[in-house]
Amino acid sequence: MPNEQDIYEEHVLDHYEDPYHRGTLDTASHMHEGNNPLCGDRIVITLKLDDSGKVAEAWFEGEGCVISQASASMLIERMEGKTIEEVKAFTAEEMLELFGPKLTPNRQKCCLLSWKILQSALHSPIGEDGDSSAPSGPSLGEEQ
Amino acid sequence: MIVTTSPTNLDVAKIREDFPILGIRSASDRPLVYFDNAASTQRPTSVIEAMSRCYREYYSNVHRGIHTLSEASTQAYENARATVASFMNASSTNEVIFAAGTTAAINTVSRSWGDQNLSQGDVILLLISEHHANIVPWHQLAERVGCRVEFISVDEEFLIDDEAVASALRMHQPKLFAFGAASNTLGTEYPVKRWTRMAHDAGATVLIDAAQAAPHWKMDVQDWDADFIVFSGHKVCGPTGIGVLWGRESLLDSMPPFLGGGGMIQTVTTDGFTAHALPEKFEAGTPPIVEAIGLEAAIDYLTDVGMDNIHAHERLLGTRADAGLREINGVRVIGPTAEHKGGINSFVIDGVHAHDVSQFLDGQGVAVRAGHHCTMPLHHAIGVTATSRASCYFYNTVEEVDVFLQAVSDVRDRFAKTGRRRRSRSSRSNS
Repeated sequence: MPNEQDIYEEHVLDHYEDPYHRGTLDTASHMHEGNNPLCGDRIVITLKLDDSGKVAEAWFEGEGCVISQASASMLIERMEGKTIEEVKAFTAEEMLELFGPKLTPNRQKCCLLSWKILQSALHSPIGEDGDSSAPSGPSLGEEQ
Repeated sequence: MIVTTSPTNLDVAKIREDFPILGIRSASDRPLVYFDNAASTQRPTSVIEAMSRCYREYYSNVHRGIHTLSEASTQAYENARATVASFMNASSTNEVIFAAGTTAAINTVSRSWGDQNLSQGDVILLLISEHHANIVPWHQLAERVGCRVEFISVDEEFLIDDEAVASALRMHQPKLFAFGAASNTLGTEYPVKRWTRMAHDAGATVLIDAAQAAPHWKMDVQDWDADFIVFSGHKVCGPTGIGVLWGRESLLDSMPPFLGGGGMIQTVTTDGFTAHALPEKFEAGTPPIVEAIGLEAAIDYLTDVGMDNIHAHERLLGTRADAGLREINGVRVIGPTAEHKGGINSFVIDGVHAHDVSQFLDGQGVAVRAGHHCTMPLHHAIGVTATSRASCYFYNTVEEVDVFLQAVSDVRDRFAKTGRRRRSRSSRSNS
């Protein structure tokens, strides 16, 4: 079982304190907001997809724990410049690998929150009701 | 080394020997400090053994066979019902329905009594501090029949006074007032008897969610005089998968069954069915037999310790934790002052998320809850997303409270921002 010291690695804390593209993008073409039912944290991801089908710019906004914020920063940084197909093909396992430290199942939900919202954001053009076609993503079932 | 002194009447050291799990080391190889009792309690050996003995020696289905094992299981299951009735001071075992838990019990009332008695424009009145189990079934009922759900807020001291309840009862004229006897997040213990009388005077039916009361206070359903009272087995040192729906007998009699199936019928034909009398009417399917036997053992254990002793000890621990938390720089207690609470203390730490608090405390061997504790409307109303919650029980010690407080005071240092910078790809940074 991973312990507290292992999870808060240096590069995790670096991303937490100095996140990449925290904020919202005024010129975004796509946007999705979601929450982690385990704790109620919310994250909004805004994207600008260009004509060639690439993620020209990506930003995230939200409050949350070290894991959710650092993982969002890492994901946004990694996905910028990728094609839509490449983002879609980026799996949950790859997200956990990108994050680094091994997480317990409940903390994996914190880590996968932004990943799930990003996947939905690809299907959520601003100004249209694009949510119905969004993939539901992995279940982040509510605690009891 | 944990010493187990208590100025109350409990011999906590001796009690702890009855709970095998309290002796384990935590994942961080420190003594386990289990402060997540409001989510679920631990079990004494007597409960584990009672359940194991049933499976080994006399288990069978109940109310079905004529054979010896079935008679023995049926007898034990019904004895458990009688023990629960006595624990709650119910006037009849017909009023004690075994359900899967508090959630299932409230859903049964919502589906059966609610569908029968509520319609368009009727109001269900709740406290803002309710657990989701006492909110969502009423939202679902509202969707089905068109009634409304209204909430009573907490004041700036996290309290709800009688005037707020009286005013809401006057304003909304609710058909049902459903409230938790104690808040699982704020820790507040509410005046169940007084509020029940006020609600009855206003013409409302009253449901009390006693999930956070049954483990801690002596229940007396005849004195409380409510219409429905529900609680869970796993919060009173009993098994998961069982809870109790107590209802006034005349009310239960007038209600249609909710779940249909075996065990709840008198007769079944190709055209229909007639329901069994109470309490089986509400116990469709094979009931939680072994869980009922475990629940009986748990109630016997708590009764031996003494509910008044349990409550006094929890208040001692809760008061110490509350006072200690309020002294730590950057900590805000989310709940009223200690005299209004039992053993529950929720808090936030300035600049540190509840998940990270919980993760850090876990590293110190201290198990607390982090999140919204299934009370999202309350968290929204007080403007926080997530809190950390330490909840004590009678097997916890003063020394454990001190270990917890030390760990909390170390949290901020651990997560204090130190001007770190990302090392990779930062050149693409913010415009």
